[in-house]
Amino acid sequence: MEEVIISVAQRTLVAGTPLLIGTIGEIICERSGILNLGVEGVMAVGAVTAFIVTHHTGNPWLGFCAAILAGMLISIVHAFASVSLQSNQVVSGLALTMLGLGLSGLLGKPYVGKPLEVKINALAIPLLADIPIVGPIFFNQSPFFYMAVVLAIGVWFVLEHTLLGIRIRSAGENPKATETQGVNVSLVRYLSVLVGGGFSAMAGAHLSTSYSKSWIEGMTAGRGWIVIALTIFALWNPTRAILGAFLFGGIFVLQYLLQPLGISPNFLAMLPYITTLVVLLVGGLRDSRRLNAPAMLGEPYRRGER
Amino acid sequence: MLRVTVTDREQISAAGTFFTLVLALAAGLLVIGGIFLCCGVDPLFAFKKIVSGSFGSLYGFKETITKAIPLILIGGGLAVAFKAKFWNIGAESQLLMGAIFGTWVGLNWGPALPGPVIVPLMFLAGFIGGALWGLISAVLKLRFAINEVISTLMLNYICAEFLTLLIVGPWKSPKKFGFPYTDDLPASAMLSLLPGSRIHTFTLILALVAMVVLTVMLFKSRFGYEVRVIGENPDAAKYAGIDFTRTTLLIMIISGGMAGMAGVGEVAGLHHYLSYPDTISSGYGFTAIIVAWLAKLNPCYVVFSAIFFAGILVGGDAIQISLGLPAATVDIFNGTLLIFLIMGDFFTKNRVRLLSKEKV
Amino acid sequence: MKPMETLEMIDISKSFHGVRANDNINLKVSSGEILGLLGENGAGKTTLMNILYGLYQPDSGEIRINGRRVTIDSPRASLEHGIGMVHQHFMLVQNHTVIENIALGYTRAPGLFPQKKIRDHILSFSKKFNFDIDPDKKIWQLSAGEQQRVEIVKALVNGARLLILDEPTSVLTPQETRDFFEILERMRTEGQLIILISHKLDEIKNLCDRVTVLRKGQVVGHAETCGLDKRELARMMIGRDVVFSFSREKMPREEKVLEVRDVTVDGDKGYPVVKGISFDVYRNEILGIAGVSGNGQRELVEAITGLRLVNSGSISVNGVDITNQSPRKIHNNGVSHVPEERIRFGIAPNLFLYENAILKQHHQKKFSRRAFLAYGRIKAHTKQLIKDFQVATPSINVQTKNLSGGNIQKLILGREIADQPDLLVASHPTYGLDVGATEYLRNQLLKRREEGGAVLLVSEDLDEILELCDRIAVIFQGRFMGILDSDDPLRTDIGLMMAGTKELEPKDGAHAARHCH
Repeated sequence: MEEVIISVAQRTLVAGTPLLIGTIGEIICERSGILNLGVEGVMAVGAVTAFIVTHHTGNPWLGFCAAILAGMLISIVHAFASVSLQSNQVVSGLALTMLGLGLSGLLGKPYVGKPLEVKINALAIPLLADIPIVGPIFFNQSPFFYMAVVLAIGVWFVLEHTLLGIRIRSAGENPKATETQGVNVSLVRYLSVLVGGGFSAMAGAHLSTSYSKSWIEGMTAGRGWIVIALTIFALWNPTRAILGAFLFGGIFVLQYLLQPLGISPNFLAMLPYITTLVVLLVGGLRDSRRLNAPAMLGEPYRRGER
Repeated sequence: MLRVTVTDREQISAAGTFFTLVLALAAGLLVIGGIFLCCGVDPLFAFKKIVSGSFGSLYGFKETITKAIPLILIGGGLAVAFKAKFWNIGAESQLLMGAIFGTWVGLNWGPALPGPVIVPLMFLAGFIGGALWGLISAVLKLRFAINEVISTLMLNYICAEFLTLLIVGPWKSPKKFGFPYTDDLPASAMLSLLPGSRIHTFTLILALVAMVVLTVMLFKSRFGYEVRVIGENPDAAKYAGIDFTRTTLLIMIISGGMAGMAGVGEVAGLHHYLSYPDTISSGYGFTAIIVAWLAKLNPCYVVFSAIFFAGILVGGDAIQISLGLPAATVDIFNGTLLIFLIMGDFFTKNRVRLLSKEKV
Repeated sequence: MKPMETLEMIDISKSFHGVRANDNINLKVSSGEILGLLGENGAGKTTLMNILYGLYQPDSGEIRINGRRVTIDSPRASLEHGIGMVHQHFMLVQNHTVIENIALGYTRAPGLFPQKKIRDHILSFSKKFNFDIDPDKKIWQLSAGEQQRVEIVKALVNGARLLILDEPTSVLTPQETRDFFEILERMRTEGQLIILISHKLDEIKNLCDRVTVLRKGQVVGHAETCGLDKRELARMMIGRDVVFSFSREKMPREEKVLEVRDVTVDGDKGYPVVKGISFDVYRNEILGIAGVSGNGQRELVEAITGLRLVNSGSISVNGVDITNQSPRKIHNNGVSHVPEERIRFGIAPNLFLYENAILKQHHQKKFSRRAFLAYGRIKAHTKQLIKDFQVATPSINVQTKNLSGGNIQKLILGREIADQPDLLVASHPTYGLDVGATEYLRNQLLKRREEGGAVLLVSEDLDEILELCDRIAVIFQGRFMGILDSDDPLRTDIGLMMAGTKELEPKDGAHAARHCH
């Protein structure tokens, strides 16, 4: 029994890790005011880049870095369209998703079914991993997990307690006021999109170098869309995202476990999305101010608008 | 020192718009060719194969039309929604909901009713199913101020899981060797095909007629006028006395309903039973977004734009087989072309100039 | 860098789309001095200050600080030169705290824990000027006066020596206004340079040492406020005595068309901006509502035309109660509206001309056949419309946004008048138009009056009001200061009423006059 609990908990954290990483990035992006629906595509690009570079160099950390770089590069497309061209962010985000998924599929084709010889395996933290129950669950995880949690807290800290964070958040709340205070809103948004892309790619790297046994077509399996839902569920707060990511991760793990009990896994799979809608619904009933959605999310901003 | 200035472009002729469109597509194809090159694929060969696979052979052309049918229906519905700036990303699930409703009618009433009765009933049911599902996001937006991008996205997933739930559970057929499929539709409910092809003619004609109806509606009717004013300037719409609530609800009924009918067409015409969401919807709900965008939100142009993208889909299948490229390759086309279309859009609305920086 | 002692704007000019917003403006302000900038809306005050703040670049002219020429090409540069601005519409992030808003623009804010580190700095500033701000409150929780203080601290914290205040008391209660005056006085003694933009004569006279008056983009005068007659100021602001260029025959005032009783309307911020207004408009008359923008006239018009809810009171047209009815119902009852922001509310810019020509009438039988629009009739109607109202356009098939402002306005006016409405509500109809279009529009309003319509004209242009109106109501802070007959000898006081001086008891609103030195 104890083993089942540990196993489920462990797998929950593993499932939630890429979700958390992706969500952190999307939170940064959306708080600056840009809606990025391209997460799925960037994640896919990150996954394939990490895999290929690791495969050829034998160094998964090199793959890791390459993935982040690739994610940031491809995100330039969305940043350019949304910030400079002020085009419809929904459409350009979708374009990015398609492009990313396509590139990932195309580049990954030769590697389908091939395993990585060198992977990023679970790293047990000495001493802490020996604590009964808690140890194996929390402290014998992939380095991505530790990174995710640390980054979540770190990004929360940056957003709440640094000047940079104030500027990012202000750009999303009131770009006009922010511009009059001498902040270059366009630059802030560009960087936010790129950084967000880096995170999405990192999540993809986790999938291909730590999580999966080999390269499979459709590696991301819709996780990018879950990230977008999670961002709202977490109310744009990275620390709440930790909870949300592992909640959603838990649902995926539990899906098949609860089946013998007569609970349809499909119903469970619906829960993350229904919950997100409920959260928004409740927020819409009350004062939407408390919902914390960046006020100008998705609205293009033209500098010096008369 | 060079400086880039962007100013509003006052007027652009139809020829100018068309020219920019062609230029954008050409640039996009160039980039796609470059991507192919980098991946070790001969771009010229790939393009030739795509064109020959989709339009070059009779078989390919018939397949293209087959795939164009749902794209036309959905694209037309999306054109209406987007015209009012209601960003309906949920066409995938509206299609599925329509398929579900239509299949239920087909399976339950089909055996007792003749073809000419059951088929229209199925399509009606499909329309209602898609419309109801689409209405949910409209209500969520009007009553709870929930952004429709998010709600339609969430509903996509909820519906997909719901369908899966049905086909592995209560609707699972005992005759399908354990596969999660429903029973086959009765013969009267199956659509007849154009001989020698997979084109289900009823839906094709329905789609073409629908586009004509939608175009007339958008540009000639009072309702269509109100839709366009809302999309152009919601403030002016309010000032003009247009009922925002009523119009939004109607828009989503139409948009969802169109996708729903497309779903019925797919099941009744091609698959003949319900199976996994991905098989039934095949990403049409997303591809239709680009179809509508390329058609500049005009339902009549949607027909051509749908055939174009259907061609890419079929061509994608062709090179998948002959070059061993993955199915996702089509997404590269869709994504890149969409990006260049966005850029082209920008150039039709703005004039960009490079000036030397003057000293103040 | 020596702290700012003097700032001069020399021969500043700026045009937008061919309209000269600032025309060779000269201005000087010195340390320890409050300079008033007086003028109506559209006079060019905000444009001028935006140039000073780096949001716009002047077409010609220069800015000198302490005698040396400087270039200000962005708000950041402006901040570095020691210029701070408190905008009329606050530039604050509502969801953030006071500290976060201040930290946003504070050039010396530390990267880490900025909230903690500048807290002391803010508190010391607050004490110095006797503010009382809670640094941790969110902006939306603050009153208008408190928000303004945040804006001031924002500017001061960056070391602003010159503070530009744009209509600072427009959102304040009388009590908050008094507190504000005290703050101003304290800053002056500290040696700040202050430019105060206002249309309120009392403020200018009581607070400012000197005043520069702008009118239609040009400086019409500089003066010391000490001993200056308010009437003199009003005359400078409004302009020369009006010469009647329109002949307007007296018409009997018999049939009442519009009846407004004790109407109270809430503004966007949730508190009343129209406070119990009553008036009537009759056939064959033009009633003008004169007043500077922002005194409630917009909300009053919106209430009458159905675009805003009425809190209390009633509105009726031809005896039919239209209070809080839908815009369409009100329109069907014979009310037409030429809106204030014509591009934003009056047209759908990308649609064709003929599509906009029937924007409000598209549901009517004469333009539709069951569910369809009768484009043949619509196009014919449009052709007649553009002929009757002299709308200059190559064809009726162009996109409406391509027309000039004047022609768009003529289109809108034509659309609204062609219906022969019982009541025509026109908000700032000639704002931003050239002389020709202006003349034409005014003639049309008079014509409507002759034909038996009632016209409610809202305008800031006093020339216009005096030329066209039979009766004039002056609005100030949500109330009518008075309704005058245009022949009434008191009409020369209109400028004073617009500026709130007349009819206001100097109990707690006005500050005691300063002593002149």
